[in-house]
Amino acid sequence: MVELGHFALVLALALALVQTVVPLVGARFGSQRMMAVAGPVAVTGFALTALSFAALATAYAQSDFSVVSVWENSHSLQPLLYKITGTWGNHEGSMLLWVLILAFFSALVAVFGNNLPDTLKANVLAVQGAVGTAFLLFILTTSNPFARLSPAPIEGRALNPVLQDFGLAVHPPLLYLGYVGFSVCFSFSVAALIEGRIDAAWARWVRPWTLVAWIFLTGGIAVGSYWAYYELGWGGFWFWDPVENASFMPWLAGTALLHSAIVMEKRSALKIWTLLLAILTFSLSLLGTFLVRSGVLTSVHAFASDPTRGVFILAILVLFIGGSLALFAVRASALTAGGLFQPISREGALVLNNLFLTTAAATVLIGTLYPLAVEALSADKISVGAPFFNLTFTPLMVPLLVLVPFGPLLAWKRGDVLAAAQRLMTAFGAALLAALVTLVFIDGASVLAALGAGLAFWLIFGALTDLAVKAGVGNVALAVSARRFAGLPRSMFGTALAHLGLGLTLLGMVGTLCFGAERILSMHAGETVEIAGRSVRFDGLYPARGPNYTEERGRFLLLGPDGAVKTEVTSSKRLFPVRQTTTTEAGIKTIGLSQLYISLGDQANDGSVVVRIWWKPLVILIWGGGLVMMAGGAMSLMDRRLRVGAPARRRSKAVAATGAGIPS
Amino acid sequence: MTRKQKRLSVILGGLAFLAAATGLTFYALGQKASYFYMPADLVAATIQPGQRIRLGGLVEKGSIVRGQGGNVAFAVTDKEKSVKVTYTGILPDLFREEQGVITEGTFGPDGVFVADSVLAKHDERYMPKEVADGLKAKGVWVESESQ
Repeated sequence: MVELGHFALVLALALALVQTVVPLVGARFGSQRMMAVAGPVAVTGFALTALSFAALATAYAQSDFSVVSVWENSHSLQPLLYKITGTWGNHEGSMLLWVLILAFFSALVAVFGNNLPDTLKANVLAVQGAVGTAFLLFILTTSNPFARLSPAPIEGRALNPVLQDFGLAVHPPLLYLGYVGFSVCFSFSVAALIEGRIDAAWARWVRPWTLVAWIFLTGGIAVGSYWAYYELGWGGFWFWDPVENASFMPWLAGTALLHSAIVMEKRSALKIWTLLLAILTFSLSLLGTFLVRSGVLTSVHAFASDPTRGVFILAILVLFIGGSLALFAVRASALTAGGLFQPISREGALVLNNLFLTTAAATVLIGTLYPLAVEALSADKISVGAPFFNLTFTPLMVPLLVLVPFGPLLAWKRGDVLAAAQRLMTAFGAALLAALVTLVFIDGASVLAALGAGLAFWLIFGALTDLAVKAGVGNVALAVSARRFAGLPRSMFGTALAHLGLGLTLLGMVGTLCFGAERILSMHAGETVEIAGRSVRFDGLYPARGPNYTEERGRFLLLGPDGAVKTEVTSSKRLFPVRQTTTTEAGIKTIGLSQLYISLGDQANDGSVVVRIWWKPLVILIWGGGLVMMAGGAMSLMDRRLRVGAPARRRSKAVAATGAGIPS
Repeated sequence: MTRKQKRLSVILGGLAFLAAATGLTFYALGQKASYFYMPADLVAATIQPGQRIRLGGLVEKGSIVRGQGGNVAFAVTDKEKSVKVTYTGILPDLFREEQGVITEGTFGPDGVFVADSVLAKHDERYMPKEVADGLKAKGVWVESESQ
């Protein structure tokens, strides 16, 4: 089975080469037969990559320690879920997952791209094939997941305990679906540059693909953030860690792309910019892959370090980013620019959005790469962390967030700011009220915190106002506006939901950062501590056993005002004997939208234990807002006006196709 | 305004925005980037009081003193010099004597380094890259430490 997987992967490489060369030549010389090769080859390539991945997953599930990768990252005592997720919890398997998802997207284009012009489809698949070739070559030459070990060890070295978590089952696949999903936009852009024209089909196709990738990337980042929050025991939801930034940059650029693609689709303006942005977004995805996979970073996430790999990925990076940008420089002037518009208009607002988002992405990029550059050019070692991003990223985001509710209320071509402002009076009132209530009624609220809360409510009510205005609430009879509301295009709900989600996330951040409480103290069993008006009693430490670890469980009791026990929170320190590694499992109790978060420290000689307790108000909204944003994206995707075969149908078929494609 | 003037003002506005963002970014890089030092580097360096730095090295053997309420004091050494560090909070799971560690914070007036974060790697085989490089440069690197 393992050799079969290896063989299938080599075959997939051969097919990827065919997929790159044949359709490209066919499109150049107008050969229908050569162009027709692309589709079946892409689908077969996906099937082979899936077979290869299934072979590796099987080796993991069966704890076949004759495979180096399995030996290094698995153990026979691990629960089955972590055996399987361990497949991509390491460098080799994770790259294979990357390529599998790339092949999956290529197959999707091949299967559902029948109404694309022949040459465009051929070129898009050729570019996908080229990316696939590069990464397959990378896997097979530097990171072969199927390398064998002889004699086979009896026991494996176990998966890194930090990764033995459900988060590993969800976070990397979602993140990669997002990262790699942007490859389709990239391929469409490069194909348009190769052909030297942007036709209507191009514009219609890019937006749904961007949406799909964006939804997954949003989910991947949100899950990753929550995972780090509960697993690391540090109580933070975002650390501005370079690896986090690596996923955040494509998200910022992708969000900009999502908005500029609207202008392109509706008004056929900003075509060249959208094309460039699509290239840049996937370039940032590639850069993210490079940063994480090459081991150039020092960070808690970087579990790969080998310079030959770094150089190879760097070469891929230079080839694709440099190549596509060079092609852009040569060909962009040949493309026809789109329609004109006034600065104050929906288009103008979206351009402003793009200006802010791309600048923010650039800031994050500089902050992430600067330490690497400094270290390469001088002996100094520096780190750029939260203080830098607070000073640069935040001032860029605040004005953008203030402007968000205006955008959807401006008309295309020529808008009226005053009219939009009038319509937003209610939202402004709500925001002002929220800020005042915060300032007056919450003890210790700073002006900044009040403004933050106000801004969050401004976004939330701004999004609701948008829907209300479009349904004509207040202008027409209630029954009429209700009917109008139900008949609004799904993409309008999508916009409102996404902006609403943004407001919720902001509200969660403001609540956690400005109104949270934290106590660090050493506690003896039976002691009680007060936090944010709640009493928490430490009941003591109890030993316990898991399938592949032992743990010391700290039992904490949340007491009611009368001193009665309301609920129990368990926080533990786990010792994984195979790796001699300890992990901290934070005890988290969700109360409404807020959480009580307890982290255990070391035990002192006198039997007391260092305990860190946080009260995190509204913290759930941070990730809940992300879910709402995803729902907004999905809603937009279901809009009937995305004409190329209704995308809703395309998605359900896509799901069916994955199910059929992975034998397991 | 004529159309040309309008377009010009939009472009100038955009450029001014970008210039402001660039300026802010480089100002922030100068102000907020924290430099990495090992204890022996501190002799030559001039560090303003209150300036954030990262201090890395090995946790000196026998230096860990646990105080009340989660206070802990220890010394970070590069086997030439050592620096006293205090920290309040939960130490990382891998924090122990002779283990590579990176602390981030500022120097107090008494010359004790007050750390607000302490990092040790989550992988046993792995020494923080800066610390490993620094020890190698000083010739006190023992290969087994990386294993």
